[in-house]
Amino acid sequence: MKKVHFSEWGIESPKYWGLLALLGVVIAISGGAAWYMEHNGHWVTGMTNQIVWGTPHVFAIFLIVAASGALNVASIGTAFDKRLYKPLGRLSGLLAITLLVGGLAVLVLDLGRADRLLVAMTHYNFKSIFAWNIFLYTGFMAIVAIYLWFMMDRRMNKYYKPAGIGAFLWRIILTTGTGSIFGFIVARQGYDAAILAPMFVIMSFAYGLAIYILVLLYAAKLDGREVGDKVLFRLKNLLGVFAASVFYFTLVYHLTNLYGTENHEYERFILLDGGVYTALFWIGWVFVGNLLPIALVYHPSIGKTRGGIIAAATAVVLGGLATIYVVVIGGQAFPMAIFPGKTVLSSGFFDGVNGQPFLYSPSLPEVLLGIGGLALTLLLTFIGIRVLQFLPVTLSDEAMDPHHVKS
Amino acid sequence: MTGKRSITLLAILVSGLLAGLGTAFAGEAVEGTAKADKLEHCVEPTPVMRRRHFEFIKHQRDLTVHQGIRGSKYSIAGCVDCHARRDAQGKPVPVNAEGQFCDKCHEYAAVELDCFECHSTVPGGK
Amino acid sequence: MSSVNDRGRRDFLKKSAIAASMTVAPGVVLQTLQARAEPRTTAVTSKVRWGMLIDTNKCADGCNDCVAACDKENGIDLVNKPEGADDALWERQRPHWIRHVKLKDNITGRITNLPMMCQHCEYPPCVDVCPTGASFKRADGIVMVDRHICIGCRYCMMACPYKARSFIHAEVAEKLTHTPRGKGCVESCNFCVHRLDNGQTTTACQDACKHKAIVFGDLNDPGSEVSKALKQYPSVQIRDDLKLNTGVRYTNI
Repeated sequence: MKKVHFSEWGIESPKYWGLLALLGVVIAISGGAAWYMEHNGHWVTGMTNQIVWGTPHVFAIFLIVAASGALNVASIGTAFDKRLYKPLGRLSGLLAITLLVGGLAVLVLDLGRADRLLVAMTHYNFKSIFAWNIFLYTGFMAIVAIYLWFMMDRRMNKYYKPAGIGAFLWRIILTTGTGSIFGFIVARQGYDAAILAPMFVIMSFAYGLAIYILVLLYAAKLDGREVGDKVLFRLKNLLGVFAASVFYFTLVYHLTNLYGTENHEYERFILLDGGVYTALFWIGWVFVGNLLPIALVYHPSIGKTRGGIIAAATAVVLGGLATIYVVVIGGQAFPMAIFPGKTVLSSGFFDGVNGQPFLYSPSLPEVLLGIGGLALTLLLTFIGIRVLQFLPVTLSDEAMDPHHVKS
Repeated sequence: MTGKRSITLLAILVSGLLAGLGTAFAGEAVEGTAKADKLEHCVEPTPVMRRRHFEFIKHQRDLTVHQGIRGSKYSIAGCVDCHARRDAQGKPVPVNAEGQFCDKCHEYAAVELDCFECHSTVPGGK
Repeated sequence: MSSVNDRGRRDFLKKSAIAASMTVAPGVVLQTLQARAEPRTTAVTSKVRWGMLIDTNKCADGCNDCVAACDKENGIDLVNKPEGADDALWERQRPHWIRHVKLKDNITGRITNLPMMCQHCEYPPCVDVCPTGASFKRADGIVMVDRHICIGCRYCMMACPYKARSFIHAEVAEKLTHTPRGKGCVESCNFCVHRLDNGQTTTACQDACKHKAIVFGDLNDPGSEVSKALKQYPSVQIRDDLKLNTGVRYTNI
């Protein structure tokens, strides 16, 4: 492989500023939505005392999970010494940080007392997996920043590998932590499963890579950089493997649940008669998120086109949002088994009367806040690649492989 | 968003503002009607209270919430009980209403007053 | 037993004193009330563990007295529906500390009525998950929220197996002195902690129950009414599979 050169994103100023302005408007609208919810209180949202985490959490968790996954590309280059991935590492590290910032911003802005962020930084309950996550997230940003520095500064290059391995281990712990937020909840039937933690890790691989592919192709296309088939096919094949792995974990998760009789009601809810959650599970999670991208990526002709690969990555993202929606909101909508073996005939506080699920419909401000997180991620990424040398000058097949013969 | 919805929204914002000012529930406060008006000084000399009142109630708040200690000379209920004035009808005026004891000073010093997001602003509960 | 009688006599004397002062000099009522309450001056200890026994056989279908009493005692009835809020949605958003639940056994068809509230676990999941330590268990076994450091993340509500907690979804204009409450924090039943701290020994729901279905007291004191009842009748903890050692127990479920 030839020596890789990097350069700043060189698109024309009007285009660049126009893009930033567009994202700025989206973020401003989203900020307005956050202010509206904060000012009035959560009664203006669809969230209730039964569905306590809503659409903002779906977006936030998706972005946070994707953040650790986006770092994978760099990790493969550093920790596993795959040379082809080395030129891709810088963008990977940047996306890991910006995705995390976007996700955390959404999470924090949805707090009942977002103004008390300082309290969250000064009071800790170390038994809480949530408190650990505060350290895991801030630590992740710091460690990835150091990793990027060592990667980009020639003087520090000798420390680059240990930093890369450190970042890789940290991200595994981080996603395990995020998955454990749900896995540790004994109260709710859909969550109390150890498999959620590793499943979140594998989900992060898929979502992070899908976003990476989309951002890379978009950034390269806008300033005329070449992304050769060699690199792209490698990435898309990996995406196929990850999508298949998520599918495998999905199967295991539900099959182990079906093994235990106590979970049959929950499984019936998600798989058969949960209405919107069942639809989102089969259409969003399984079809759009898993089967469709696998089919697209490995299709002998479509799988080799840019359009096919972009469609596959987009499907993974959309399917991923559906997946998190089913996990987070579907898991809450299923009535808790407070009184096993009994049917609730009436309740003053919605205990799932006659086994009815809890109602939730997302409100506009919630969705806007979530989209704002995504816009913030993109805005920070575009600023990053504009001011520093994150993008390789070319990823053409010749650059990646000197023995390449142009056909 | 429909027109009706936005009008309701506006109404809520305006009523929220009014409630915040505390003028919606009581009339003009009458000077001399607060217990504190008749006292020489608070539970500590005035300069000490001016400087350290938050320290006192913050310390007390942790004792009260976590240890159940309520019989103490520093308590926010005590502040409100003593410093709230009454209007001409004898109705207590919220201590954080415009120009009232807590508001006047915090407004002047431009220090946020967060206690009454949750705590009662008038004596005796309501 | 003598100490209980002593307390009863003391209460009676105080009540008479109040009644007298109210008729004689209305102006001093407030001071008399304050004198009557005996606010704690020392920290609560684990020598006491507050708990409850609920006899579901006595809990009557259609009765809502405990709920109404709790709403009044803790100012929950002062939480108004925001203007423009949807009725059905607000009903799912407004706070509840105690609720009446009616159950039917799937096999036998037996009907059970019971009040449900925070079960005051010895090992509360809500305390484990709270990132800031706002959700905590007091030395005397009361599980409650320190609103001063609650950031409103609602993880405790996710973790509670009894769905006992409420998030305050809107601004609260009027609040009681002894039950502060504000938008954006989580709260739940605290065994009327202000009463206990001021020397009283009953909860509002217990006082309101004319069927005497609720017995409240110190689980650590073998002589307390609740301990004696627990010893005498078989009782269960709800979701005992979770091994949380709840402070609230039920009989005849």
